[in-house]
Amino acid sequence: MGTLLQRETADALLERLLETYRVYAPKVFPMEGCFSDTDSIRYGEIQGWDEIVWDKKSDYSFKEVLLPISQTILYFTEDEMKVPKEEEKGNLILVRSCDLHSVRRLDEIYLKNGAEDYYYKRKRENTRFILMGCPESFDSCICVSMGTNKSTDYDAYLKMDKQGVYLECQDEELGKILKAFQGKETELPVEYVTKNPVQTEIPEDLPEGIQNHAMWKEYAGRCIGCGRCNFVCPTCTCFTMQDIFYKDNDRAGERRRVWASCQVDGYTDIAGNISFRQDQGQRMRFKVLHKVYDYKKRFGYHMCVGCGRCEDVCPEYISYLACLQKLGRAAKEGQDNE
Amino acid sequence: MDINTKKVKKNAFRISKERGITASRVRVPGGKCSAEVLGVVKDIAETYGNGSVHLTTRQGFEIEGISLEDMDKVNEMLQPVIENLGINQEIPGTGYPASGTRNVSACIGNRVCPFGNYNTAAFAKRIEDAIFPNDLHFKIALTGCPNDCIKARMHDFGIIGMTMPQYDPGRCVNCGACEKGCDQLSVNALRRENYKVVRSEEKCVGCGVCITKCPTRAFTRSRQKYYRLTIMGRTGKRNPRLGEDFLVWADEDTIVKVILNTYGFVKEYIDPNAPGGKEHVGYIIDRVGFAEYKKWALDGVRLLPETIVKDHVYWSGVHYR
Repeated sequence: MGTLLQRETADALLERLLETYRVYAPKVFPMEGCFSDTDSIRYGEIQGWDEIVWDKKSDYSFKEVLLPISQTILYFTEDEMKVPKEEEKGNLILVRSCDLHSVRRLDEIYLKNGAEDYYYKRKRENTRFILMGCPESFDSCICVSMGTNKSTDYDAYLKMDKQGVYLECQDEELGKILKAFQGKETELPVEYVTKNPVQTEIPEDLPEGIQNHAMWKEYAGRCIGCGRCNFVCPTCTCFTMQDIFYKDNDRAGERRRVWASCQVDGYTDIAGNISFRQDQGQRMRFKVLHKVYDYKKRFGYHMCVGCGRCEDVCPEYISYLACLQKLGRAAKEGQDNE
Repeated sequence: MDINTKKVKKNAFRISKERGITASRVRVPGGKCSAEVLGVVKDIAETYGNGSVHLTTRQGFEIEGISLEDMDKVNEMLQPVIENLGINQEIPGTGYPASGTRNVSACIGNRVCPFGNYNTAAFAKRIEDAIFPNDLHFKIALTGCPNDCIKARMHDFGIIGMTMPQYDPGRCVNCGACEKGCDQLSVNALRRENYKVVRSEEKCVGCGVCITKCPTRAFTRSRQKYYRLTIMGRTGKRNPRLGEDFLVWADEDTIVKVILNTYGFVKEYIDPNAPGGKEHVGYIIDRVGFAEYKKWALDGVRLLPETIVKDHVYWSGVHYR
């Protein structure tokens, strides 16, 4: 059961929420797109409900809220170091179902895969997710195929139109805040997609030697290694470290962790001037099989949540969906050969 | 046949090498028109012309093989084109008021091209509205980025689109795409320091390559659109040369005002005995001096604080006279 609030009441609610939380949602960054006179849609703090973009997919995912693109994790002087404080305010993040599913993947890597990550954990514990419904699928979405089209473990569900805002809270804290506002008790079903324009079957088993399949070779000449596919992906979690020594005083500095991409040069550099996977086709293979094969082998479910952002962003029109289909065909060939 | 050739020319018809035969010149400001215009051009070419149409270097159509006697009828047919393109016209139905000032041409700009830093056709149209019709000989071209595909530098006024890269180090992942792009495609104005990017303001030409290459929106465009204004490039018999920078990081209003001011300067200093009342503005500046021109050009102009104004401009090129 949720509450339908009149617009003015909903505005007051948001004001109340902003006292406790920073509220993040996909919003328009005007004229900040890649090309002249184009907008960028990505996550940013909102001050009003109308800032939320519903009719388009965000170019980048919410993950930059939990995992800042470039984050100072400690400051150091000659013999001391200090960890930066975490924001006192909590975070409320509006996400679609696919992205909410990706939180499980991020948690898997940062909280359950060995030692807990201190920085992720302290932010994560302070974060609540509000589900945005999807009345219809976007072109490149494959959430139905990936099983991420439906979500039940949201902290709140939000639906809005010009007249009002509907909020259903499963989280206690949010529920308490909502209770203080007068609205109509009602039940609206969570809107979710049941069909995507493209259906993709992810092969359960891949034939041996798929790493060396001819399909990857094509990407060697096509991929430019820009890393956009990784940076927009809500489940890519790789980072690298940077130690900075301040210019005016090189006895003090900071350590940062910064997003890394398995498609960009430098990802596999190791001591001794050695670098692995220099071929872009092999990098593509590494990424795709991680998303739909070896992650699952380890954790029991696919890493890819089917948001389709990598498909939308590739400047070289390399289609992840087409790659999955090729993978399906390769798997079939493999079976036929057995 | 009794025809005032001066009137013919001022009505955008050509005195051709074939007696009694003219060609109709259809200007398309900024080189952008709807397909409807093409239909009219086709109809005129088939009704009054010989079926041939020349695509001019200045982005117009020259409908060939028209009898001088049919000019009025052609003008009548041209009216919807003139209205469609929003050409300034003194008396409706009388065709193009042609003159010394040439069609303002433009590359395709940011309507289509990923490198374009602004809507070239829209700006071309704004200039068109401000200066046409005009008898003085001016050539103006607009290009979306410093690649200068329209060859704006060969014009009296070359308008080159720029953007001031905005860098958010918090979004930068040190991937190097901007630095590599700037080095390979532009002027190598970027370097990295402490894993973040430092842009040389002296070197940067505002092409925007760093922005299109950036995979994380660490580099974005300035809200303000900027332009480089190059002046007095030209072809011709005496001293063909490339235009030189006059203003860098200028805004749209400044460019329009400088062009309008230049008309005033030309009216003041044009050689009264110039053949056909036309003397190229570049030759006038050669005669009068850049310092005097600059005074006129910047009169009443409110420059942006970041606009660089060149103190002196020297042209080179090939001298044949």
